[in-house]
Amino acid sequence: MASIELTDVSVSFPVYSASTRSLKNRLMQSATGGQIRADAGGNRISVVEALQDINLSLRDGERVGLVGHNGAGKTTLLRVLGGIYEPNCGRVALQGSTVPLFDISLGMDQESTGYENIMLRGLFLGLTRKQIRAQMDEIAEFTELGDFLNLPIRTYSAGMQMRLAFAISTSVAPDILLLDEGIGTSDAAFLQKAGERLQRFTEQVSIIVLSSHDDELLSSMCEKSVLMEHGRIIAAGPTEDILSEYRAQYGLSRVTSGRSIITP
Amino acid sequence: MSTDADSGRSSLVRQFRHGLRREQIHDALADVRNGWKHYELWGTLGLHDVRQRYRRSKLGPFWITISMGIMVLALGLLYGQIFGQDLHDYLPFLAAGFVIWGLISAIILDGSEAFIAAEGMIKQLNAPLSIYVYRKLWSALIAFAHNIWVFVGVALWFGVSWDWSLLWVFPALALLLLNGLWIGLFFGLLSARFRDVPLIIASMVQVLFFITPVIWKPEMLPGRALLLHLNPFYHLVEVIRAPLLGQPPALTNWLAVLLLAAVGWAVTLLFYSAYRWRIAYWV
Repeated sequence: MASIELTDVSVSFPVYSASTRSLKNRLMQSATGGQIRADAGGNRISVVEALQDINLSLRDGERVGLVGHNGAGKTTLLRVLGGIYEPNCGRVALQGSTVPLFDISLGMDQESTGYENIMLRGLFLGLTRKQIRAQMDEIAEFTELGDFLNLPIRTYSAGMQMRLAFAISTSVAPDILLLDEGIGTSDAAFLQKAGERLQRFTEQVSIIVLSSHDDELLSSMCEKSVLMEHGRIIAAGPTEDILSEYRAQYGLSRVTSGRSIITP
Repeated sequence: MSTDADSGRSSLVRQFRHGLRREQIHDALADVRNGWKHYELWGTLGLHDVRQRYRRSKLGPFWITISMGIMVLALGLLYGQIFGQDLHDYLPFLAAGFVIWGLISAIILDGSEAFIAAEGMIKQLNAPLSIYVYRKLWSALIAFAHNIWVFVGVALWFGVSWDWSLLWVFPALALLLLNGLWIGLFFGLLSARFRDVPLIIASMVQVLFFITPVIWKPEMLPGRALLLHLNPFYHLVEVIRAPLLGQPPALTNWLAVLLLAAVGWAVTLLFYSAYRWRIAYWV
C-alpha cells in the first residue's frame, strides 16, 4: 500500500553568491550592523520560490506526469517527493519505499568491475548485499556482457555501461518510483529487450511520478498529468487535456511575446 | 524570484526565538541512527575512497604504509638529533603520535568536506545525510589500519614493553571516532553553508600539528602545563598513544576527551537538528 500526500508544500531556495557564502563577510556584516548592508545591496540573499502551495494526493496504481517549462519546479517537486528536499512549510506524507531514479548510473565506479558495480549500484538503490547477490545472475544474464563483467567498466563502451546501469536499476521495483525524463537506452538492438523489461518493472511499481518534455512518453505511461508553472500546480487532469493545454499556452505566449520560436 | 533582505537571516532568528521543536531533534537523531544502519553502503563507499588513492599501482595498499614509514623515519632521525633524544625512546613515541595524528587530521579534514564532496549523491539519493560522515570516518579508519603497522614495526624493533594496558587502545579509538562523528557532522554542516570553513580548518589543522605534542614530548615544555592541558588534541592523541607505548591510561586525558565528546555532541545536536534539512539546499 503506497501513497503520497502533499499539503501546502512550499520550497524556497536561498541563492548564495560568493560573498554570502563567505564567513568573513557574514561576520563583518553582523559586526557592522545595518550600516553597510544599507548601501551594499549585493549582500542580500536572493530567494527563489521553487514551489508554492503544492497540494497533491496520489494512491496505489497511479502514474502521474509532470508537465511544464524548464524551471517550472518539476525536478524540485520530484526531490521533495523523494525526501531529498524537506520543504520550508507544508507537510509531506509518504508511504512505501521510494526510489528516485534521476540518473541510473549514479554511484557507478569506473575502476571497479561490472560485478562490483552491480553491488555498488544496488546498494545505492537501497538493497542489501544479500538481496543483490540473489539477483546477481539474473542481472548479469540480462546485460549480455558475459566475461566483460570481470573487467573494470572504464573498458566498456558507453552503450555497455548503459546496459549495465539499466539492468541493475530495473532489477527491483520500489513502491514509489520517481523519474526525471524516463529511463533511456540508446542501444537499438537492446531496445526491444529493454522495453519488455521496463514494462515488467513499471507494472510492479505502485506509484510512478514522471517528469518529462516528451509528449509521447507521457501519454503512453501516465493517464493523469499535472501542469506546473512558476512553482505552482496550475492544472491537473487527463494527460491528453493537460498536454493540449500546455501546448495552447505555449502557442499563446509565443504570439504575445512576439519572439519567433520554432516548435517541433 | 524575490529579493528579500530579511529571509536570509530570518530562519536563524526564528530558530533562536522559538527554540527547537521536538520533532527536529527526533529527526536529527533518527538521521544519525538510520545512517548507521546503511553500513553496507557507507562501508563500501569508504573502502572505495581508500582504493582510489592507489588504484592501478603495483604495490597497492602498501603505498599508504610505505609513505608513512618514510615520513616517520625521516622526521624521527632529524628531530631525534635536534632535540637530542634517545632514539630507543623517541622513535616509538614519534611513530605512535604521527600515526594517531594522521587519523585525527583525516577525520577533521575529510569530515568537514563530507557533505560538499557528496553533492551529487545528496541531490539524488534519499538516504540519511549522516552516511556521508560515516563514510569518511570509515575511510580514515582503514587508512589508520594501514599506518599502524609502521608503529608496530618500530615498536618491535626498539622493544617497547606492552602489557594489558594495551587493550585501552580500543575504547580510546571508539571514543575518538565518537568525537569524529560530531566533528564531521558539525563542521561538514558549517562547511556546506560557508565555503571558507574548510580552508580555515585546513590551516588550523596544520598549526595544531605543531602545537600538539606529536613530534615533541610534553616534558620538553616545562612550566607551560596549562597551555598543554587546554589543548583538546593533546588529550585525544594521548588516550591512544599512552597504551600503545605501554603506559597506563591517565584519568585527566580520559576526562578531557569525554568532556569534549559531551560538549561537542550537545552543540552538534543543536545545529544538526536546526539545519540538517538545509544541507541538500546548500550543497
